[in-house]
Amino acid sequence: MPLPELKFDKTKCAECKAISCLVKCQYMDFKDKDKAKKEWQKVINGEDSSVLEACTTCYACEEYCPFGNHPFYLIVERQEEKGILPAPRPIITMWINQCQPVGRFMVGKVEEKALSYCFMPQLNALVGGKLFENIAHSSFFGQEFFCNVVYLHYAKMSVIKDRLPKVIDNITRLGVKEVICLHDECYGSFTSLAPAYGIEVPFKPIHYYEFLYNRLKELEDEIKPLNVKAAYQRNCSARLSPQMDHFVDDIFGLIGVERVKREYDRENALCCAEIIRMAKGPAMADDLQKKNIDDMVKFGAKYCVFNCPACYDSLAEKVAKAGIDPIHMIDLCRLALGEERGQKLPLEGMPALQATMEDR
Amino acid sequence: MSDVYEALQKIVGEDYVSNRAEERYFYGRDPGLMPPHEPDYVVMPKTTEEVQEIIKLANREKVPVTPKGGGLALTGLVIPLKGGIVMDMKRMDRILEVNEKARYVVVEAGVTHGALKSYLQKHHPHLRHSIPDSPPIATIVANAVIHGQGRLSQQHGFNSDMVSGLEVVLPTGELCRIGSCSVSSYWFSKGAPLPDLSGLFLGWFGTTGIITKLGMKLYPCKKIRDVMLFLTDKVDLVPEVIRKLAHTEMVEDIVVTAQPIPLRFKGNFYILPFITGDLEEEIEFKKKMAWQALMVYFESRDGGFVSVTPDMKPSLLAMPSKDTTRFADVSKGGGFEYSGPIAPIDKYPAYLEKLEELASKYKLFYSSAARVIDGGHSMMFSFSYTFNRANPDEMKRAKVALDEAAEFALEEDGVIWKPNINEQQMVMERMDPNTLMLMKKVKQLLDPNGIMNPGNWEVK
Repeated sequence: MPLPELKFDKTKCAECKAISCLVKCQYMDFKDKDKAKKEWQKVINGEDSSVLEACTTCYACEEYCPFGNHPFYLIVERQEEKGILPAPRPIITMWINQCQPVGRFMVGKVEEKALSYCFMPQLNALVGGKLFENIAHSSFFGQEFFCNVVYLHYAKMSVIKDRLPKVIDNITRLGVKEVICLHDECYGSFTSLAPAYGIEVPFKPIHYYEFLYNRLKELEDEIKPLNVKAAYQRNCSARLSPQMDHFVDDIFGLIGVERVKREYDRENALCCAEIIRMAKGPAMADDLQKKNIDDMVKFGAKYCVFNCPACYDSLAEKVAKAGIDPIHMIDLCRLALGEERGQKLPLEGMPALQATMEDR
Repeated sequence: MSDVYEALQKIVGEDYVSNRAEERYFYGRDPGLMPPHEPDYVVMPKTTEEVQEIIKLANREKVPVTPKGGGLALTGLVIPLKGGIVMDMKRMDRILEVNEKARYVVVEAGVTHGALKSYLQKHHPHLRHSIPDSPPIATIVANAVIHGQGRLSQQHGFNSDMVSGLEVVLPTGELCRIGSCSVSSYWFSKGAPLPDLSGLFLGWFGTTGIITKLGMKLYPCKKIRDVMLFLTDKVDLVPEVIRKLAHTEMVEDIVVTAQPIPLRFKGNFYILPFITGDLEEEIEFKKKMAWQALMVYFESRDGGFVSVTPDMKPSLLAMPSKDTTRFADVSKGGGFEYSGPIAPIDKYPAYLEKLEELASKYKLFYSSAARVIDGGHSMMFSFSYTFNRANPDEMKRAKVALDEAAEFALEEDGVIWKPNINEQQMVMERMDPNTLMLMKKVKQLLDPNGIMNPGNWEVK
């Protein structure tokens, strides 16, 4: 069966004056629009381009493109066509192997509406309490349900195109009508990647932010406003569903959290940089992480709120050492409901640093 | 023989000697693949004096004696091949001294690595010892006697290199001190500046005497310990990666693993440099040096560091590693054994190829964890195969594979580590004849009646 093809409309790029995909890129220097236009044309034509080598795979150009023309997916396609390795080959192999379906998935008492844990065991610590009391049992987890978006980082669109339809089929066969995606990347795969490749999604994907917001509205009487400032760590896959970002403000509004107006948020967000560490080396990653965390400190954030568990893994310890409390969005909501957080702090066993955090 | 039993009762008390079938069954085997052979008696002395009395009795009556620590070597070294007495050392479990400034510990023969780790953490948290990746019930003395390796072997050599003195009961019953403790009250050296007599006992598997006390060097226990993970899919690069990491002198321990499952391991070699330091800056600097050393492979895309996530760290940093135990049950039925030649690091590719070839030939699940020793002067390469203990055919195939692995290791200029009796013969067949003659003279001199762990290192 032939792999699905990207629906890319080059006429939209021909008409584009902004070339935002490259001009807005935080990691490549394309302030000169003419230069950007020429370079982007090379990518479209399948010619060699510096873009293909320099891309950090942050996904942001998917958000920057005003036409929804999927510039990042095209970059990934071109990288793969040319055999460009955005990361060392063994790391790519490891990722392809470890997420391969092996028939060891977990399925709860799935109903028409279900939670997808994707293949992220970290989410298990987060799901609990009143927010999930009527749905925690209806869930599934494992490679069979892994959204595969991560392969965008590794120039392996072919793996996504091969596996994503099977994942969608696996979920569909559970009889699920609505899937609450606890992993932001899943939502992106079902609402951005799949349509971009003409892959049908027979169920309704729901971003967990929307679910949280609706649950908090139902539990509004029980909310104790936190009255704190928080820095928000936007993740790469949030670029695939930027229309969901308003839920961060909406949720924060409900639970009394101020989203600090820092430099590296919203469209200008910096990625967690661990993929960059593997792909581009430690110097660039360390620099980005420092800039990002310094920015959080500068704006007086008590919490750094994470959407993606992988970002949490990458940054939580470093954020905590800077005196900021790292917390996943779900845990933040649970705190506002007077519940304990589910995810352990990264600095347990490091009391001196914990004291620093508590001082803030 | 009943006289021997009664004599042993008089020495250790009736609770600590047995000739009952269940005990003889248990002490007649180890967890590996060597055939069992039961002892006539099992005895558990509490003191050095009791050990001396038992040995004198055995020497007089010409009864074989096999000393036993944790019994975890897997190669049958504690199986009493000619019956007689198994002397279980576990009751001699006192930690006698920790010298903070000279940084050594003196332990009795039954002290385990787990007990010492726990003791140091509680009473001397800035000191540590080289913990092997065997279960924590492995004893310090037995591990040194088999030239074990541990978490500090990359920096400081075999665990036997870290010995700082011995107290030994000779096969004729005399008590003998080896090293600085023979002339001083300090146990700071097993040899220098004296003639180093420790070599008469280390590596001999209890065939030249019974170590009752042992001094072991301790090392700084840094406040921070971390691990990095470097992957490459080119086996030929592994020796050079090891050399480059060792060259930095920043890395405490280097382990290389290769196995086909779980799938994340497939097709790659996992190289784990362990880093320690007292300051975050020190850790970061050491990591930077490791990155720098391997940058050439990162740039060629042949290798790279994977970020070690918080959920991975507890397992990777655990001392001892629990992975061996997990691995032991991959085939279900809880069996595994490995042949672990000590070899130059440039032999890694050849050994790996053989490991896979034998696994395929004998339909076995394999794994290898190689540990770098002494700055890269050598490594321990493990040919590890699992088997189901309820499956005799699989056990037989594993044994044949290990025998072939040992043969191959010798052909490829390695030296078999903790060899079973058959492998000892293979080693001695290749040994320089005058070396062999020297071993024979040493053995005859120390153990004229041949009572000590007979069958092992037996020069024909």
